[in-house]
Amino acid sequence: MSETQENKDKRKIRSAKKMRQIMTEYYVEAKTARDNNRLIAWITSGGPVEPLIAMDIIPVYPENYGAMIGASKMGGDLCQKAEEMGYSGDLCSYARADIACSTVDGGPIGGLPKPDMLVCCNNICGTVLKWYEIQARYYNIPLFIFDTPFCHTEYSREARKYVRRQVDEYIQFLENVSKKKIDYDRMNEVGKLSVEGQRLWQTILDTTMNKPSPMTAFDAFFFLALIVTLRGQQIVIDFYQELLAEMQERVKNKISAITNERYRLLWDNLPIWYRLKWLSDTFAAHDACLVADTYTSAWCGSMKYINENDFLDTMAEGYTRIYLNIGVDEMAKTVFEMIDKYDVHGLVMHSNRSCKPYSLGQYDIQKMVQEQKGVPCLMIESHMIDERSFSESQTLTRIDAFMEMLKQKVG
Amino acid sequence: MKGLNDLYQAVADPWEYARKMKSGGKPVIGYFCSYTPDEIIYASGAHPMRLFGTNGEISAADAHLQAYSCSLVRGALENVLRGNLDFLDGTVFPHTCDSIQRLSDIWRLNTNFRFFADVVLPVKLDTDSAREYMVDVLRKFRRELAVGLGLTISDGDLEKSIECYNSIRISLKQIYELHSNDPAVISSRDLYTIVKASMIMDRGYLAARLPEIVDALKKGEFATDVSGKKRLILTGSICDHPDIYDILEKSGGVVVWDDLCTGSRYFDGLIANGPDPIERIATRYTERLICPAKHFSLTQRGENIVRIAREHKADGVIFLLLKFCDPHDFDYPYMKEFLDKEQIPNMLLEIEDQLPAEGQLLTRFETFMHML
Repeated sequence: MSETQENKDKRKIRSAKKMRQIMTEYYVEAKTARDNNRLIAWITSGGPVEPLIAMDIIPVYPENYGAMIGASKMGGDLCQKAEEMGYSGDLCSYARADIACSTVDGGPIGGLPKPDMLVCCNNICGTVLKWYEIQARYYNIPLFIFDTPFCHTEYSREARKYVRRQVDEYIQFLENVSKKKIDYDRMNEVGKLSVEGQRLWQTILDTTMNKPSPMTAFDAFFFLALIVTLRGQQIVIDFYQELLAEMQERVKNKISAITNERYRLLWDNLPIWYRLKWLSDTFAAHDACLVADTYTSAWCGSMKYINENDFLDTMAEGYTRIYLNIGVDEMAKTVFEMIDKYDVHGLVMHSNRSCKPYSLGQYDIQKMVQEQKGVPCLMIESHMIDERSFSESQTLTRIDAFMEMLKQKVG
Repeated sequence: MKGLNDLYQAVADPWEYARKMKSGGKPVIGYFCSYTPDEIIYASGAHPMRLFGTNGEISAADAHLQAYSCSLVRGALENVLRGNLDFLDGTVFPHTCDSIQRLSDIWRLNTNFRFFADVVLPVKLDTDSAREYMVDVLRKFRRELAVGLGLTISDGDLEKSIECYNSIRISLKQIYELHSNDPAVISSRDLYTIVKASMIMDRGYLAARLPEIVDALKKGEFATDVSGKKRLILTGSICDHPDIYDILEKSGGVVVWDDLCTGSRYFDGLIANGPDPIERIATRYTERLICPAKHFSLTQRGENIVRIAREHKADGVIFLLLKFCDPHDFDYPYMKEFLDKEQIPNMLLEIEDQLPAEGQLLTRFETFMHML
């Protein structure tokens, strides 16, 4: 199984270095915003960021920082600190880590730059509402809640009207806080860039339809940061074009993400940030490649509702109908489509104690996938960035057993 | 207790009560949470009945819900999967927390009642557009309910229902106030039974029955001995554990008010007069005391718990939180801070589907009472 250094180097994705540079520059810019008289808005990962970009306000994502905290294995300490502050250990580990982080300037970059305003969109969960309320009290700054009614079975006429009105209220809020007017031409431009970025991101994700796959879901978790944090900016497009070219080149040259891809798997839910490499290696040792996931495509999954030439009017629907804000049966439909599209042999579900909207309903999806698609499922449980909650030996046993079963089934 | 037999019976076996309502020709609509506009259900001629968790074993629900879901969500699903709720004609899920929201999906996919509705309420309640959306959503629910049950809901039906609910809420508040003024007028357990029965029994019956209870209270017919007991406030989501009230009294306390979904939040605020019944119902739901799954202001719940404690001369506050209830868990530290700042003693009790052993609870409560 051992691979030569040369082969390993060939397998490395070159664009990763540039991506790190871009993210570093982004955080440096955010951390020095005050010196440059720029405002900072903290915003939820699924929130409508484009108006911020159009108004030259720097968006900062506690959830992205949560992922960084998790990947640096600093989540456990911060979560424990939050528990000492009175927050239950059952709560979302992103929220716990961020709430604690604010009080100690913790995490890999010594804390996020302080916000001037908060923008909370509840299309991903109800947790963000409570989390942002806590931060609005802590920093004593204005909070805008972008309320996206849950679409169990429909996006109702009533919801459409309500969300559209909030787009205007949101812009009004930004104008009030920043004391300047939005430039609608610039807004349209940002909207176009956002859609283009999403389209590119989806194209990159789709390169994994190739066999062998040029990248894994673990790579996607890494490269995702740009579409989350810098959506609506040219730099995203420039970088993703390079990344896409690299993936296409790998496809052409049959450079696979893992040494010997025999089994293709689909990942469901957020990553287990503090075990990315371990999980990737563990599956690779079984010749299994996680080729796709339901998480990273959430940033382009509702593109079909958005008209780039009429961005403000249509983004309301796009942001309301994202993957997590829909019924379990519609989520299952997406999973079915992905199973076919990426031609996977199995589904790995992360039952994430930190994320109830993503996790409750997984058992039903699992059953549907097994019964209707004949695709076996593995369930792994954790808190996404609280490493204290993770049992490596138990997870390893489950992965081994699952892979043995899959090998017998697929051959 | 003698004078409350009808209520005690309904609370002891709500399903039997519902079956009787049904055999009397009324469709039965189960619902979750005090944000369900049950006034509209009642106006349709159907019987609205609040659904709770279970005191029994949870097994069937485990095939659908992770163990880190709260006991209300797991218990309610258990009840329906076991067929205990076969009397239902339908269910209504208002938008509240992430868990109820997913329960709605799981319920819809695994049950087969003739009516199902999600009432996707706004989450923030402090803007004009949210208030307007609330009205729109209630109108939508009125239409769906009428079509789904094949019934008509006229403005006149709504007016009658509003009158009935206002009367129930006035009576419940009077009972709470009488009890707060003099906790000896009725035991906490009786009080719990009255409130819970109000979410189970026929609302028309209750509108007539509750004023009788108010009169009986005034006459001292339910008097009990609470001398020397500490005055307590309960705050949290639902309290479906009547034993807690007995254990609290045994440990030297008496609950004089609450901020519970199955308590004051159910009767807080009346529906005002005016031309459009749906708009008025909507106004009450946007203005009543919020639950932590809704947003009104950054500090409303903190200020409110202090106000309640002051108004009712409480010696202490008990946070009674269901394990895995995210919205309440997030609010706990800040509400505690508000109480601490005012030097109002408080304690946290986290409960799962089963209460801890009585001895253990008694010790915890007694320790708290000694601090007061």
